Formats: sequence, structure tokens, C-alpha cells
Amino acid sequence: MKSMRILFTGVGGQGTLLASRLLGEAAMAQGMEVKISEVHGMAQRGGVVESTVMLGGIESPIISEGQANIMVSFEPLETLRALNRCNRDTAIITNITPVIPFTVKLGQSEYPDISQWMDFVSTQFKMVYAFDAESLAREAGTSKAVNIVLLGTLIGTGRVPISADIIENTIREKVKPGFVDANLKAFELGLQQA
Amino acid sequence: MHQLLTDQPGSKMLLLGNEAIVRGALEAGLAIAAAYPGTPSSEIGNNLFQITQDPSARLYFEFSTNEKVAMEVASAASAAGLRSLTCLKHVGLNVASDVLMTLAYVGTRGGMVIVNADDPSMHSSQNEQDNRYYARLAGLPMLEPTSPQEAKDMVIHAFELSEYLELPVLVRTTTRTSHVRGPVVLGKLPDSKKTSGRFEKDPGRWVPVPAVARIRHKVLLERMQKAEEKAGTSGFNITTGSGATGIISSGVAACYAADAISELDCGNQVKFLRLGMTHPHSEAMFLDFLEGLEQVLVVEELEPFIEDSLKATAQANGIDVQVLGKKSGHLPRLYEFDPLQVKTALARVLKTDIQEPEKPDLSSLPPLPMRPPSLCKGCPHRETYMAAKEALKQLGMEENAIYPTDIGCYTLGLLPPIQMADYLLCMGSSVGTSAGFSAGTDQKIVSFIGDSTFFHSGISSLANAVHNRHRFCLVILDNSTTAMTGHQPNPGIEFTPPGYDHPRIPIEQVVRGCGVKVVEKINPYRKKEAVEVFKSVLARDELCVVIAEAPCVLYIKKVGGKK
Repeated sequence: MKSMRILFTGVGGQGTLLASRLLGEAAMAQGMEVKISEVHGMAQRGGVVESTVMLGGIESPIISEGQANIMVSFEPLETLRALNRCNRDTAIITNITPVIPFTVKLGQSEYPDISQWMDFVSTQFKMVYAFDAESLAREAGTSKAVNIVLLGTLIGTGRVPISADIIENTIREKVKPGFVDANLKAFELGLQQA
Repeated sequence: MHQLLTDQPGSKMLLLGNEAIVRGALEAGLAIAAAYPGTPSSEIGNNLFQITQDPSARLYFEFSTNEKVAMEVASAASAAGLRSLTCLKHVGLNVASDVLMTLAYVGTRGGMVIVNADDPSMHSSQNEQDNRYYARLAGLPMLEPTSPQEAKDMVIHAFELSEYLELPVLVRTTTRTSHVRGPVVLGKLPDSKKTSGRFEKDPGRWVPVPAVARIRHKVLLERMQKAEEKAGTSGFNITTGSGATGIISSGVAACYAADAISELDCGNQVKFLRLGMTHPHSEAMFLDFLEGLEQVLVVEELEPFIEDSLKATAQANGIDVQVLGKKSGHLPRLYEFDPLQVKTALARVLKTDIQEPEKPDLSSLPPLPMRPPSLCKGCPHRETYMAAKEALKQLGMEENAIYPTDIGCYTLGLLPPIQMADYLLCMGSSVGTSAGFSAGTDQKIVSFIGDSTFFHSGISSLANAVHNRHRFCLVILDNSTTAMTGHQPNPGIEFTPPGYDHPRIPIEQVVRGCGVKVVEKINPYRKKEAVEVFKSVLARDELCVVIAEAPCVLYIKKVGGKK
């Protein structure tokens, strides 16, 4: 297969690592070469948490400027922040529900107008899926499943050669039993967004 | 059952580099391990700790009070003939370095592995020192994996190498090899292993008084000679490709180099050496590699460690080859690399161009608000800080106060609106530096240290402060856990993880035992009372300790608030 670099970005606590892990497990179950990098430590205290999934034999675990093939972002400000890692052909899948940083709450900086800047993203990139993943997650039963909704959309785009069935099996195997049903529903709702 | 005890040889698991290290140690028959947590090494200790909850693992692991103690525990276990391990972050090796330097002289019996995790770019650290120099300073072998699979294989090999050389073996990761997840093929867990050792007395070896140490230094140099022979035949040093240009690389940088060679499609112009054993290097192997090369690009993060060795080898042997890397300006000494940086350096060396995808025009983007990490919602540290601030304000002391701080979540008190972190060096430095400020200034000194850091290296400095009559207010932020690194236990904890039945050492008793006369406890959530206590102690011009007791909110969620 063609190799592929997928960037996940979000805020500590949004489940970035679970999403990239599930994708990685599914890729391995499908017999693909996979490498994931994760952020642990201080950034998990409400900072930016990034992870990557590299498919098809790429050895480097991190993604340089302009090199992401796909970006999956859990938070719109973080989408804007990570745009430099994308190129014109990068597919962008992004939640549009803001998580306001405390620097904004304290009045030290201003949160950008998301609808305006999402329009900008749509003009700069050829393939953009921007939607309110949080309301879909709530519809599935928990607002925490934003990560799984977006994972669904990623698979729905068909840009990653991993089948929805395998992801669903991985969710059944790796997610805590009490959350499996809501996560499967969230995955399904995400799939339909693509 | 813990996932790393899965007994299915040949099956594949997607493991974090740190998990792969643990699995390798288990496959090698690890008996005794000890550690103090520190990112990016923390998951090693966490997994070992969880594994000890399963008696069938026949593993002893302890969270020691600091890295020095942990390395001493592992050293003695090795001297008694058991396979032992300790793991630490790069600055943790500074703490344990006193052990390391002499352990190299007395050597080991049971295989002993020291896993050292460096942090280029300082994702979670106060500096980015390059600990490969510790291998050179102490005179010890060092291995560096590039992937989780290699991490597991190397740890197994490291135990064997350690027993062959009778020296501890350093396995060095960086953040990007510790926190990368990849497929690992499981090997066999041992059917039986030695878990109880016997120490054979041999003062001429184990007690390095000067007369013994002089002999042991000579032994160490002889062993390093044997280690160099091993480096010359090590299966972890892999050469591929051919051409007049060479690349030498190790660790995650070797991944970037490998991808760069494949993307530039230059495998037929480049001879590539992936160096898995980075200390000592084999001069014979370097000479063999340099044969027919006009130039070599050394791709290594941080310091020019391999670069300098290679230059020395070339110089001593009269070889005319251009060694490129840090000093030639092809790659920086600062921070971790990224793949494009390495590709660009290689393209420059090969005088080719890189085809880059078309980038979007982002020049119109507004300045984006920063999202620094911050204290969690409901965190007791914030309450303590605000109470101390309020008391200082009411006393009119806020303008003149300085706040020596320490290492933990509470270092985030640096940020607004708290801004009560003024000076920091290392674990435990809040107490020692308060003494210096007390001796050297008339400013009001209010310093902050966490419970785990206090046990790590605050106690001896507190005894010093009492004995030398230093005057400051030390606030011990006791949240009953080591929160920053993922909630490891420490000797003072009141709220214990399930199955953790260890004697507790109350911090108040330690503080009083050190001779501190003014000791107060507060519940930081009772704001009025807390402010009053702070006002009463801050008005005094002598050493005072305030212990702010309230468990970490995340930790309580995790363990369910059981005392």
C-alpha cells in the first residue's frame, strides 16, 4: 500500500490517544505496517495533545510541516494551529466545538471566530469535513465520544484502507465494556458524516 | 492478567516502547526492579508495579524514594546474583550518578539493566542533557533502540551482555522511542527464574576503598576493551546500501534517516550505518565503514557524540573523509529532529532537490491563543497558592516575596493568575535554594514542594535549614500521590492504591523530626482558615512549615477515595 501519515490533534482529556490507538490496532489486525506516536506527561494537563498514526512502513513517528496526509482534529483552534503540518492535498476532518483555553478566559488572548476560519480552511484545502462532532457524540450517549465520531468520519472518507468492521471489532475488544455501545453508535454517526 | 504477562510466544502486540522494555525484561527473567517515576520513563515503573500485583509474575518491584536509592536496590540485587533493573529519566541519572560511577568499578553479577530516557526538546523536563556522555563518563556499554520491537530485543540482549561483561548496561531511549507504539512479537516467558539470590562476600571487589578501587578501575578498562569487541560484532549495528556518502545514525534519528533515504531514493548512493550499540564504538567497525567513503553525515539528536568519535577515529588512522553533522551546520545541537530536517540535510549533502507538496497560504491566520498545560479543575494546589497569596497581600508582603519552587504539577503555579514560582533547579531545590535566599537577601521567602518530591530530596535540605538557622516558609503540597507522572505512591500517602499495604510515614512527623518548631497543617479548601494560618506563620521571621493536605482530584477519582 501507499504509505500514509495521519495526524490527530486535540486537547488533554479529549481521547486523542484512544482514537489513534484504536486505528493502530485495527491497522495491525488488518496486517498493515503501523507506528503510532503519543504524547504523555505534562501536556495531558489541559495542553495540546497530539498523536500520529503512520501506515505502510514509515519509520518516523512524527510529522513535519506540510507532511500530513490526513488531519483529524478534535477542536477547531487546534485545527488552525496544526494547519502548517498540512498541504493542499491533506484531508481535514475537524470538530467545530471549541474548548476555550484559560488564556482566553483570563482575557490574555482572543479565541478566533470559528465559522469565519473554517470557511478559510475550506478555501485552502481540497477536502474538509467540519462539523459539530460533540452533538453527534451526545446523540450517541456521551459527549466524550467526540474521538470515536471523528474516527468514524475518517474511515467513512475511504482515504484509509481499513474497514469499518475491523474498527468496530477493535472497539469491542479495547474499549471498557460500559462504553462499547455508545462508542459503536458514535462511530456509526461519524461514518455517515463522510 | 496484565497484558505484558500474555504467554503466547509468536503473537503480536501493539506496544509502547516503554511497555516493550518491560516485556523484554520479563522474558529475560527479571527478578528485582526499583524506580522513581519520571517522564518519559514512567510507564516502565507503572507497568512493573502493576505486574507485581500478579504473584505468578514472581517479580519484586518498588517505587523507591529517589533514583539513587532505586539504583542501589538494583545494584545490590545484582551483586546477590539476580537479574535487576532500574529505570529513570535523564535528570534522574544525575541523582543516581554517584551510584553509577562506582558501580562501574565494582561491577555486577546478575545481569543489570539501567533504562535511561532522555527528553530532547524538553517535552516534560527542565533541560535536554545528552546522557550518552554518562556512558562515556562512567565507562559503561550503551544500547539505543529505534522501535518497540528493537527495545524488547535489546533489553534481553542487555541482560546477557551485562552478565558477560559483569557491568551494568545502559539502554537509552528518548521521548520518541519511549512513547512510540508499534508491533512487537512476543517471545517466551521463562518457565523458571532465580528470584532469591545469595551474596558472596569479596571485600577486594565490593568495597572500593582506595586500594581496591585502583584495581577495579583497571578491571573496568579491560572490560571496556571486551565491550568494544562486542560492539564490533553486535547485531544491533546494521549497515545497508553502498556509495561514496555515508550516514551514521542511532535512536529515532535513524528512523528519520531511513525514511529520508527511501524518499530520496538514494540507497544506491548512500552507505547507512544504524548504530544500536552507541558506547563503546568499535574502532575496527568504524574503519571498515569508512572504507571508500568521501563524506559521512552523522545524524544524531543533541550533542555531537558519534560525530566526535568518528572524527577522532579518522584522524588517528590518517583517513581523509569529511565528517558532516553538527559542526558543519547540517543539523542542529538544539532540540529533537523532525523527519524533514533530516531529509533536507541529506539532500544538501547529496546536492539534490526535495520535491515538496504545495503548501497552503496561512499568512492571514490571526495570532492563536496559547494552550499551556494548567492545574486541573478543582486542584487543591491552586487553593493553597491563592490562600498564601491572600495572606501575603493582607500582610503587605506580596511585593517583596520570592517563591522558590520545585518539580511537580505545582510548578504550573508559574502561570497567571497564580505566578508564584520564581526559582527552580531540580528535584528538591525549593528547600536548598530557600536557604540560599535566606542567607543572601532580606526578602520574604515562601517556597513550595510536593509530598513525593519532599521524600525524594527535600528532607536532607530541611535538616540543613534547621541546623543553619535559615528563615523561610516551606509549604508542602501534600496531595497524597506523585501526580505529575501518573499517580505513583510515595512513603507519605494516606490514600493508597488497591493492594498497596506499606507502612506510612506522615510528613508532619518527618518535619518535626528534622527539628522544625513551627509546623501547621491546613485544608486548602477551607479558605478562611487557610489564610489565617498562613498569616500567622508568615508574620514570623523563622523557619516554618505549612503542610497543605488534600488529595489530588484525579487520583481520588482513580482509587475511589479509600483511606
